[in-house]
Amino acid sequence: MSLEIDSVTKRFRGSSGAAALQGVSLTAPQGAFVALLGPSGSGKTTLLRILGGLDFADSGTVRFADVNWLAVPARDRRAGFVFQHYALFRHMTVAKNIAFGLEVRPRRDRPSKGDIADRVRELLALVQLEGLGDRYPSQLSGGQRQRVALARALAIEPRMLLLDEPFGALDAKVRKDLRIWLRELHNRMGITTVFVTHDQEEAFAVADLVAVMNAGRIEQYGQPDAVKRSPGTAFVQEFIGAGAT
Amino acid sequence: MRARAATEDHPLTRWALVALTIAFVILFLLMPLIMVFSAALEQGASHALDTLSDPDTLSSIWLTAVVALIAVPLNTVFGVAAAWAVAKYDFRGKSVLTALIDLPFSVSPVIAGLIYVLIFGLQGWIGPWLRENDIKIIFALPGIILATMFVTVPFVARELIPLMTDQGRDEEEAAISLGASGWKTFFRITLPSIKWGLLYGVLLCNARAMGEFGAVSVVSGHIRGQTNTMPLHVEVLYNDYQFVAAFAVASVLALLALVTLTLKSFLEWRYADEIAAVHRR
Repeated sequence: MSLEIDSVTKRFRGSSGAAALQGVSLTAPQGAFVALLGPSGSGKTTLLRILGGLDFADSGTVRFADVNWLAVPARDRRAGFVFQHYALFRHMTVAKNIAFGLEVRPRRDRPSKGDIADRVRELLALVQLEGLGDRYPSQLSGGQRQRVALARALAIEPRMLLLDEPFGALDAKVRKDLRIWLRELHNRMGITTVFVTHDQEEAFAVADLVAVMNAGRIEQYGQPDAVKRSPGTAFVQEFIGAGAT
Repeated sequence: MRARAATEDHPLTRWALVALTIAFVILFLLMPLIMVFSAALEQGASHALDTLSDPDTLSSIWLTAVVALIAVPLNTVFGVAAAWAVAKYDFRGKSVLTALIDLPFSVSPVIAGLIYVLIFGLQGWIGPWLRENDIKIIFALPGIILATMFVTVPFVARELIPLMTDQGRDEEEAAISLGASGWKTFFRITLPSIKWGLLYGVLLCNARAMGEFGAVSVVSGHIRGQTNTMPLHVEVLYNDYQFVAAFAVASVLALLALVTLTLKSFLEWRYADEIAAVHRR
């Protein structure tokens, strides 16, 4: 029941330069919190999108929970994806946003209206947004929107949680509060989580395992302490050194 | 002298610009419209209404409605599909395709009509074959619909391409990752977020489809009671010195345009909150 990424490659169509991913491999136990850390263009978001089924690998395999993960269509993966710019449905209320993943299920799997409403209420409480169900996303602050996005992803009881720079657009204070809250949430729910960030402090603070990425490769992969204590390559040394000051 | 903000123009400039705009609108837009209605009502409303009940006139109104009812939905479907392709996918020749969609705006409608005569007319490419098989396109309803569609193709697509490009693919991707099928994603996410732009495009498309003269004139053949749309019928009546009748039909056309405009304004006013919510980020 672990996540095993093996030699995944990806080349963007039409680009003649370096591949977006040049053979990325990584293993994480079930329930782990993995951070993909690297500068922009290092391929971390591409890897995350491949895990979510929004992009396709050219070669390589991913096994998760003992299935060939890449063969499962995106809509059947139940991978809760949280986008950097939230991607909330702007024409729907917060409650409708959260309920979306349940309401689009085929009739035989769909919970009753009452059950969906109960679930939305639970999730609003979980993300500390009680009473805001009738608002539209445009009436919320950035931090609130990102929590709605998380509640929406959690509503489908995801098997895997994928977060793409989820706090990238927020200010430092909100960022810090939210990451502590996210870590606590993870401790309670134990969903395998992959978290993309370019902020090394954030990665080390929140994750069990950190993969430092550069130019489509994983430079170093290990527990935050180990990576911090003994950077494996000159790039890692420089990247985390530069941020530590 | 009173201090002015940097962006504030001289009062005289402001006054002149506003006056110029108002004068222009009255002179070139409002006056002609009023003239149309007043000419129609010159000999009283009942006389104007009588001229409208002429069988040839009724048939032209009916034909215009049929043409719009067929051309507008087809162009709506095409416009949404084209905007989707251009806005959400990357492919070779995309800029050429976008430019081609604009072609009807830059080509004279008369040429649009001639193209169809050259293809389907008796001396055209497949005219003889059509004749052998007893299919009428030119000087018949299909030709009028084709010419109308050619002229009105860009309206819906033009309205939607910038809108959908601006909205990006994030919301659709979110919907799919939450388990929605392609159709559910389209009907629950894409369509609601473009519906105001779509409505505007459809209304403009409809206004033009009903009002098109040049392209339709070439392919119609002007057969009274059969292939005369309202704009063509106005010309026929006018050339016959039936001024009241001509302006009465023109008034109906103008009224349709005004109804369209009012409908659009009403919907925008009624759903102002929702429109703002969709456009704000």
